[in-house]
Amino acid sequence: MAVLVNKNSKVIVQGFTGTEGTFHASQMIEYGTNVVGGVTPGKGGATHLERPVFNTVKDAVEQAGADTSIIFVPPAFAADAIMEAADAGIKVIICITEGIPVQDMVKAREYIKGRECRLIGPNCPGVITAGEAKVGIMPGFVFKPGRIGIVSKSGTLTYEAADQSVKAGLGISTAIGIGGDPIIGTTTKEAVEMLMNDPETDGIIMIGEIGGNMEAEAAMWLKENMRKPVVGFIAGQTAPPGRRMGHAGAIVGGADDTAAAKMKIMGECGIHVVASPADIGKTMAEVLKKEAVA
Amino acid sequence: MNLHEYQAKELLKQYNVPTQEGIAVHNVDEAVNAYKQIAVDTGSKFAVVKAQIHAGGRGKGTMKEVPLQHGVQVVKSADDVETVAKNILGNTLVTIQTGEAGKKVNKILIAQDMYYDGPSERKEFYLSILLDRAKKQNVIMYSTEGGMDIEEVAHSTPEKIYKEWVKPGYSLQGFQARNIAFNLGLSGEAHKNMVKFVTNLYNAYIGLDCAMLEINPLFKSSDDKIIAVDCKMGLDENALIRHKNLVDLRDKSEEDPTEVEAGEHNLNYVKLDGNVGCMVNGAGLAMATMDMIKLAGGEPANFLDVGGTANAQTVEAGFRIIMKDPNVKAILINIFGGIVRCDRVAAGVIEAYKNMGTINIPIIVRLQGTNAEEAKKLIEESGLQVQSAILLSEAADLVQKAVSGN
Repeated sequence: MAVLVNKNSKVIVQGFTGTEGTFHASQMIEYGTNVVGGVTPGKGGATHLERPVFNTVKDAVEQAGADTSIIFVPPAFAADAIMEAADAGIKVIICITEGIPVQDMVKAREYIKGRECRLIGPNCPGVITAGEAKVGIMPGFVFKPGRIGIVSKSGTLTYEAADQSVKAGLGISTAIGIGGDPIIGTTTKEAVEMLMNDPETDGIIMIGEIGGNMEAEAAMWLKENMRKPVVGFIAGQTAPPGRRMGHAGAIVGGADDTAAAKMKIMGECGIHVVASPADIGKTMAEVLKKEAVA
Repeated sequence: MNLHEYQAKELLKQYNVPTQEGIAVHNVDEAVNAYKQIAVDTGSKFAVVKAQIHAGGRGKGTMKEVPLQHGVQVVKSADDVETVAKNILGNTLVTIQTGEAGKKVNKILIAQDMYYDGPSERKEFYLSILLDRAKKQNVIMYSTEGGMDIEEVAHSTPEKIYKEWVKPGYSLQGFQARNIAFNLGLSGEAHKNMVKFVTNLYNAYIGLDCAMLEINPLFKSSDDKIIAVDCKMGLDENALIRHKNLVDLRDKSEEDPTEVEAGEHNLNYVKLDGNVGCMVNGAGLAMATMDMIKLAGGEPANFLDVGGTANAQTVEAGFRIIMKDPNVKAILINIFGGIVRCDRVAAGVIEAYKNMGTINIPIIVRLQGTNAEEAKKLIEESGLQVQSAILLSEAADLVQKAVSGN
């Protein structure tokens, strides 16, 4: 089962017939994800990758029973796509698109507030429940099934953490790429909470980066709710203040959003913080072994 | 994308935000003419010359070549303007924000003097609009302590900073604008003018897709006008897709030339001061690689995200950009090949390396993911002076060896 997506998820692709949408939809289907169709306005009624194309998300929900959506539409239209999915009753909306104007996301975040849906991203690699469903752009083979959950702001760093975990003899339950933008649908704390409550996850890897206060918020929550070990890493210990490091949200604005400040509070709240990205998997394995002995 | 003061003020005027009037010029003759024009318009001999660079602290900052000359100066004659313009234009302004190197001044703004006498007391306030990431709303931050370093105010007297959050999808409401005017201690005409000012300013912030908009000082003149005397504006680069007219306002001379060149190759590059260059796919992994270089005893020379396509062209462009920095003593390429196969990336690295001719510093290539073993073999059999690794920890060890000279 794990969290957010599984083999029963009925997934649609918004921006289905575009280059990105087509490529990644094929990869998702190959992985075994239950892709029930896609949406491209104006191309409704067509068939693409042997699946129906709909004009609207509403049609996809009504006719194909879609409950999960992955969004590949260009940045100028992505916030609209998120709101359309929420309005149509999609439960899990995963937005891959990078480069959405931040005020569009302020609006979209407000629009979905109070609705029964969860937004992951934008500017994220998506979500994978190993062996069941890949709703994202990650290389599926890296995520061997197991009992470690990952929450991360970064794409390739998530693959790195998964790969290290597998090499350390562990495997992945669900990996959630929450995204590197300033405004995202699901925070670090919310994603960690899901994995903490997931009976199929034994340990959590939490990967953050400079900028914002989400890791501190997650750490404070974990202090009271740590029922499984959490290993943490913050990218950007060497990033200079005031410079945006690739991700729109990765910028040191003050004293509280530096890597050092985040690592400190995470450590104080009981997270096993590693300084080197090379130690993530190894540390998770060691911590789990110690817990088993104790 | 940051704008100059004069550009920001032009944009604010389109939203009916009153600003200190001025004329931006780039030579001494134009400066004198601008002064004469402003003297006629205002009926005053006083005016202000303001250096236009992308950094704060200009008033206190001084010119490297003319140490007693500040970046902002009041003038009261055409001769004054000529002297000051000569002192500033083409010279280097060093402020608390520019670092020792300073910034070359290519333009100055000749602006009206707002500090004239009148029936009421002049006042300087502070006001900025930005995104509150935690609340996921835009926030107007303001204070009675204008003209000062706001971080200092926030630190020493936090009670003097007020905040007004704006509900997403709504404009600034009337009661909120009135709150601001009341908290700033305004009444009568000045109060009314402030309400209009902040309402229009918020519309400008949203309309232009600003990432940040700061008015410091926000000025109440002696005749109760509310005026933006200075303006710092940053635009959301993601939103430029719907503001094609604003793209031209970018001043590339304010940016690091290597960063500009990297941008033209679609590489995300930030220059740093260290000795180990790196080239990585993905922003998070790129930052993590920098951190690892530091832990291995080196200092990262740059941030460089090559994005999803690490082919021969991007790798070669990356090599060339990193090697422009004479401090670089070693380069680490760290690619997690997922959907991009590692052997393809390796072939690209080999091709780029051959195109470059001789590279006289150690190159460490760490390729992990799809076909990592084949990639390692390709590199080892290429005969090039390239060290190859698969695990991140192995790469860290190689960096350590490279920087320690063993």
